[in-house]
Amino acid sequence: MSGAVPAELVAKLSALKTRMPSYTKDEIQEVVSEMLSSMEGDLSEMNLKLYAEVESLARYIVTAKSEIAALRPDEIMSEHLPSATDELDAIVGSTEEATNGILQAMESLETLTGEMSPELAEKVTEAVTLVYESCNFQDITGQRITKVVRALKHIESRVDALVAAFGEDIAKYKTVHPDAEKKPVDKTSDAALLNGPQLPDSAGKQDDIDALLASFD
Amino acid sequence: MSVDMQMSILIVDDYKTMLRIIRNLLKQLGFNNVDEATDGSMALQKLRDKEYHLVISDWNMEPMTGIQLLREVRADAKLKALPFIMITAESKTENVIAAKEAGVNNYIVKPFNAATLKTKLASVIGNF
Repeated sequence: MSGAVPAELVAKLSALKTRMPSYTKDEIQEVVSEMLSSMEGDLSEMNLKLYAEVESLARYIVTAKSEIAALRPDEIMSEHLPSATDELDAIVGSTEEATNGILQAMESLETLTGEMSPELAEKVTEAVTLVYESCNFQDITGQRITKVVRALKHIESRVDALVAAFGEDIAKYKTVHPDAEKKPVDKTSDAALLNGPQLPDSAGKQDDIDALLASFD
Repeated sequence: MSVDMQMSILIVDDYKTMLRIIRNLLKQLGFNNVDEATDGSMALQKLRDKEYHLVISDWNMEPMTGIQLLREVRADAKLKALPFIMITAESKTENVIAAKEAGVNNYIVKPFNAATLKTKLASVIGNF
């Protein structure tokens, strides 16, 4: 089915307009009949409804595609998700390190109970036991975070598929909206200085910071 | 029958801190002959290399889980009677049933306390 008006009909309308600037009722009826007969067998009422539905669906898809492109799933894929999983891994690492430190201290304390009176040793041992029990949290926290990381990896694979499917639309969006691309950030602005704790590999070491401070002297 | 406090115990967990906690709690209870493994396959190798009297194992480990280890133990002619306690954060009814069907002797849910550990140990190896 084509939306174009048949050439024959166009010619007829033009001829009519040339000959008679104002159409008579019969002539209009003739034109309308002609038009309807040109559509016969091509556009039933059902077809027209279907056409409208398909057209609306096509418009919806085009809008959805541009909205998805505007979400920049490529950026989510390349920056946000890896950063989130790295942060979570760092939490597991730091809680493990802290728990080991606590356990080490408790073990040292326990070895001293031999030098204490039996009553005091018993009280200290009870307290140490409570600390051991409380340190269970590290294992539970670690397992919960592992579940979150697994969920993030699942999301990552879905976003990856989205990026692959909408690659062209994303590229088009980036061309049309160059402002959406990251602008160079002023690293000394207040907002840019709020980054929270650094991941262990990229964290500044106290010695380096001391050296930097000393360089101002 | 009195419990041999020198009995050899294998604890299995992929979290080093948890191994340390269980070891320390067992030490407080008077059990000093404790060995460690960080997953089911390492534990199975140790069980085949040396005689142990009790296994206390986590469930969620890779590559071999606690339930797989339990099934391997129960399927092994030399190990099948070995007392086995599962100590895990998996607390769903299905998990407990699956462990019971696989032949677990007792089941401790994390986070646990020293009193629970002592009670469960006593139910498996006898009062001490």
